[in-house]
Amino acid sequence: MSTSYSNLSSNDSNPRRCAACKYLRRRCAEDCILSPYFPASLPQRFACVHKIFGASNVTRMLQQLPVDQRAQAADAIASEAYWRVQDPVYGSVGVINLLQQEIYMNQRELARTQAQIAMYTAQQQPTEVTNFGPQQDSVTLERTFLEFNHFPNLF
Amino acid sequence: MGTGSSPCASCKLLRRRCAKDCIFAPYFPPDDPHKFAIVHKVFGASNISKTLQELPVHQRGDAVSSLVYEANARVRDPVYGCVGVISYLQTQVSQLQVQLAMAKAEILCIQMQSKSAVAHEVQQMDLSNKSINGSSQLMNISSESFWA
Repeated sequence: MSTSYSNLSSNDSNPRRCAACKYLRRRCAEDCILSPYFPASLPQRFACVHKIFGASNVTRMLQQLPVDQRAQAADAIASEAYWRVQDPVYGSVGVINLLQQEIYMNQRELARTQAQIAMYTAQQQPTEVTNFGPQQDSVTLERTFLEFNHFPNLF
Repeated sequence: MGTGSSPCASCKLLRRRCAKDCIFAPYFPPDDPHKFAIVHKVFGASNISKTLQELPVHQRGDAVSSLVYEANARVRDPVYGCVGVISYLQTQVSQLQVQLAMAKAEILCIQMQSKSAVAHEVQQMDLSNKSINGSSQLMNISSESFWA
């Protein structure tokens, strides 16, 4: 890590320094690898990342990736660092646990709901008492019975 | 040296003397060198030490386990790490919520159909009762006229 103390006073107000170089109090080179992903407008983002991973580790991780994947990697690293700062014991694993619990509860609720559907569907199946035909329901049967028994003279 | 005579995995890797109060020793035994190697690769020994020092002793075991999990995830997926797992689980949650909403809507439909079927039956029975009463009156009239 190169530190240019002679330029420190002039670079204090240098708007082109990225958050990482500002935090590390060093000159921000034109090809600074961290600069595209840790803008000066988001100082907390780099502060979290540095606290959990360290600047040299993050630099190494990004250097090992193709350029087109570095932005996603920086976002993921920043998210993991944020969760670890919020929850120093479990970090992002705490988030995973919460999601797994939510999946489990939703699966149980879905199974219960599907069982209810099956029960309702079974209750609505027509009963097999008649030889009048498969489509007749109980209301039609009752009407037929009434007609036969109450209007004998008409037949 | 830690809990036993041999240095812990971290002190072995860092090539230093393993003190009696080594903060890593309880969690990185010498028989599992890979465990410390992977967290050191991702987080760095000094960051892990600082993290553990800031925690009460009874929480350090869980913290080490979660750090090892995160480090493994990041080595497996150098771009997304644990965030990849979280995205996948969030997708599962969304899909389940859609399925649950559809199932609940289906139950509502079934219940509404059932209610309207019952209402229809009641209406039909009511109509048939009225027509029976009407026919009975007709029969009374016709029988009266027969004896008249």
